[in-house]
Amino acid sequence: MAAEFDLDHHTDVAWCPGCGNHSILAALKATLVELGLRPESLVLVSGIGQAAKTPQYLKANFFNGLHGRSLPVATAVKLTNPGLTVIAESGDGCMYGEGGNHLIHAVRRNPDITAVVHNNMVYALTKGQASPTSTRGFVTPVQVSGVCTDPLNAIALAVALNASFVARAFSGDRERTAEILKQAITHRGFALVEILQPCVSFNRVNTFQWFREHSYYLDDSHNPSDREAAFAAASQGDRFALGLIYRNTGVPAMTDCHSAYRRDNRPLFRRPADRGRIEALLNRKRT
Amino acid sequence: MPEDLSILVSGEAGQGLQTFEQLMVRVFKLSGLHVFSYSEFMSRIRGGNNSTQIRISSQGVASCTRRIDIMVPLHEGAMERFRERITPATVILGEKEFMDRAYTGGGYPIVDMPLSRMAGEMGGQVYVNVILTGVFSGLFGVGQDLLEDQVRQAFGRTGDVRAAANVAAARMGYEKGSHLLRSGQALPVIERSDAVKEALLMNGVDAVVLGCLAGGCTFISSYPMSPSTNVLVLLARYAEEFDLVVEQAEDEISAVNMALGSWYAGGRALVTTSGGGFALMVEGLSLAGCIESPLVIHIGQRPGPATGLPTRTEQADLEHALYAGHGEFPRLILAPGTPEEGFTLTRHAFTMADRYQIPVILLTDQFYLESNCVVQHLDIPEPLYEHAVVETDPAYMRYRLTDTGISPRGVPGFGQGLVCVDSDEHDEYGFITEDAKVRTAMVDKRLRKLGAMQNECIPPTLVGPEGSRFLVVGWGSTFPVVKEALGVLGRDDLAFLHFSQVYPLPTRTVEILDRSQRRIVIENNATAQFARLIRQHTGIVFDGKILKYDGMPFLLEEVVEQLEALLERW
Repeated sequence: MAAEFDLDHHTDVAWCPGCGNHSILAALKATLVELGLRPESLVLVSGIGQAAKTPQYLKANFFNGLHGRSLPVATAVKLTNPGLTVIAESGDGCMYGEGGNHLIHAVRRNPDITAVVHNNMVYALTKGQASPTSTRGFVTPVQVSGVCTDPLNAIALAVALNASFVARAFSGDRERTAEILKQAITHRGFALVEILQPCVSFNRVNTFQWFREHSYYLDDSHNPSDREAAFAAASQGDRFALGLIYRNTGVPAMTDCHSAYRRDNRPLFRRPADRGRIEALLNRKRT
Repeated sequence: MPEDLSILVSGEAGQGLQTFEQLMVRVFKLSGLHVFSYSEFMSRIRGGNNSTQIRISSQGVASCTRRIDIMVPLHEGAMERFRERITPATVILGEKEFMDRAYTGGGYPIVDMPLSRMAGEMGGQVYVNVILTGVFSGLFGVGQDLLEDQVRQAFGRTGDVRAAANVAAARMGYEKGSHLLRSGQALPVIERSDAVKEALLMNGVDAVVLGCLAGGCTFISSYPMSPSTNVLVLLARYAEEFDLVVEQAEDEISAVNMALGSWYAGGRALVTTSGGGFALMVEGLSLAGCIESPLVIHIGQRPGPATGLPTRTEQADLEHALYAGHGEFPRLILAPGTPEEGFTLTRHAFTMADRYQIPVILLTDQFYLESNCVVQHLDIPEPLYEHAVVETDPAYMRYRLTDTGISPRGVPGFGQGLVCVDSDEHDEYGFITEDAKVRTAMVDKRLRKLGAMQNECIPPTLVGPEGSRFLVVGWGSTFPVVKEALGVLGRDDLAFLHFSQVYPLPTRTVEILDRSQRRIVIENNATAQFARLIRQHTGIVFDGKILKYDGMPFLLEEVVEQLEALLERW
């Protein structure tokens, strides 16, 4: 049963040994098994980057599309067949850089999908340039004098947009990551999960040890329904809060807002053609 | 006397010209008159100068004329832009204050109609358009009951009081118009027909939207952009009735990626845009090519480059549609010339996209989308459409290599297989590969589909004799004006070949073109893009070109005169 989402064939994994992606993949597989999901009813959507290769390494339907564009695809998949479990998974460059606008509007639309963002604060597949989450002063082959912009705080952004589910995890803690992913996937609405991860090849600043020292789990005193508290937890400059940061159950899921699903929950391809309706419409053009 | 009559109403944005046009063409059609209308307007909400041309005729016509038989100026300076088109035969109807002095001094037939004062009596200037509808209804002998019913229907949504006030305004205009008719205003006799009363009144937007519905479209994701927005608007209006998912995307990049996501999950998706929006979709177009996803893209062309003339018309995005997208992959480009073609081709676009798993581009333009005309019949096929989707088994491979290049397309959640698509080069399962042999096989597979598509080409339409000495070639929205021009010229050595499938070029294109000695291309662009496409693929060169790129559609007389000039030379 644990092998439910393991590939049937051998594959040559493109990730570096020690990369946080390995444990994120393991956490995701464990979560999917625990939730009793089937590969046939799961769709993984990704963009481009090392994190975006995740769908290649587990057994599921997948749509590995363009850089930055996983969320529009994932949104439409869910809107076309609400019976599918849809997870969009990509890195910080893909989700926050190239696809930043889509993230904002995906939060606003609130489709019932999960967005998993691997955040290693560097562009790894293109060999070490700054990402939107790189810290100020981070020196790269392009930012030769160091990054001179503040990192994007997507968690605070999502809280500001009144997102329905916002959480952060750390790849070094597989069990807690799996637990957070489980909550996110079962949440009805858009769930953003940012997973902090070291890049062993191109980020010598934000290392495994650095993340350990600069993160902490929110305890029971944190009320995820309290937006101000969530904002405070999201906005700490020196340390990253981990766990469920914000949950807003007051916002309807996207499919609930579409008339096509008001009376009928069947996926669009299961609905029969209706010639009569078109004839009636044509006749209205006569009078 | 001409057997048709051309009315031109010139007003400011915000004076209700659109309402006048919609109401007037309905009333004329329901009274049995063939009617055509086209509005040209500026990219602004108030002020400026816009105009609506309405032609009524005993036979179907669907093009703009330079000739204006009745000119109605609705504001000061309203005649300025039309000076070259006003002749001593043009009746100028309206209030004298809005007529240029050049015309009021004598020599031009004037019908003094104090529309502003009449509207004032009815309660405000908003009634000018309805009064004018009444005037023309009276002048052309439309039944008063028919007019009042239509006005009541058009304003019913605004409440009983407003509707009644508009009916009263229409009645006031009607009385004036009937009086003019009785006083012997010389008018051509335009025969009415019962067939027209029963016919459909449509514009290009209706045609595309009906074609979408008949093609099984279930999902629309788009970002508003003139002149394609009305397709999105009309589909949104029908969303509830037809179970459509309509989503306004945050940008065109999102729109096209949503459409691909929907096709992947079993939807039949459309994006509607114009040249600039399509430019943003181009990476998505290439993605469709790589993952072999069906995709239907409607491009309502307007003049570019960049923002260009946002509300005007042009046919200059053919090469944009043809060459957009990195890498090599098959595509189909269709360009309707009539509402009948728009309906058939849009439905066909969905069929072909689904069957061949390719992007299909439907190229229209502002003139095509916004002009209204009478359509006798649209054939709704049985079955409406067929889904090319298959139920998958556990051994399913999305990109199975086949002779035709078409791999059976599954969707996630339908069957026991997994549907894996990747924008990276992939193997038959959809997994990333850099194997040179697999890469070559996949490119060949994708391009092989073009061969199979050749069997389903839509042949060009020939108007006039086969093998004529002279041949005019056009595509898309120029069809009605060229056809009418040929009728005016009445020559037996001249024919017209209209292409509605512009790429791939239909089989037999060379054969037909080769039969004529002199070939003339007509295009609403500056560089004769279609002529270039034909030359590239067939080696055939055109001897004459009729081109227009000022943002306006061809006028009938322009086509007639330019053809005459070319033919005279030879």
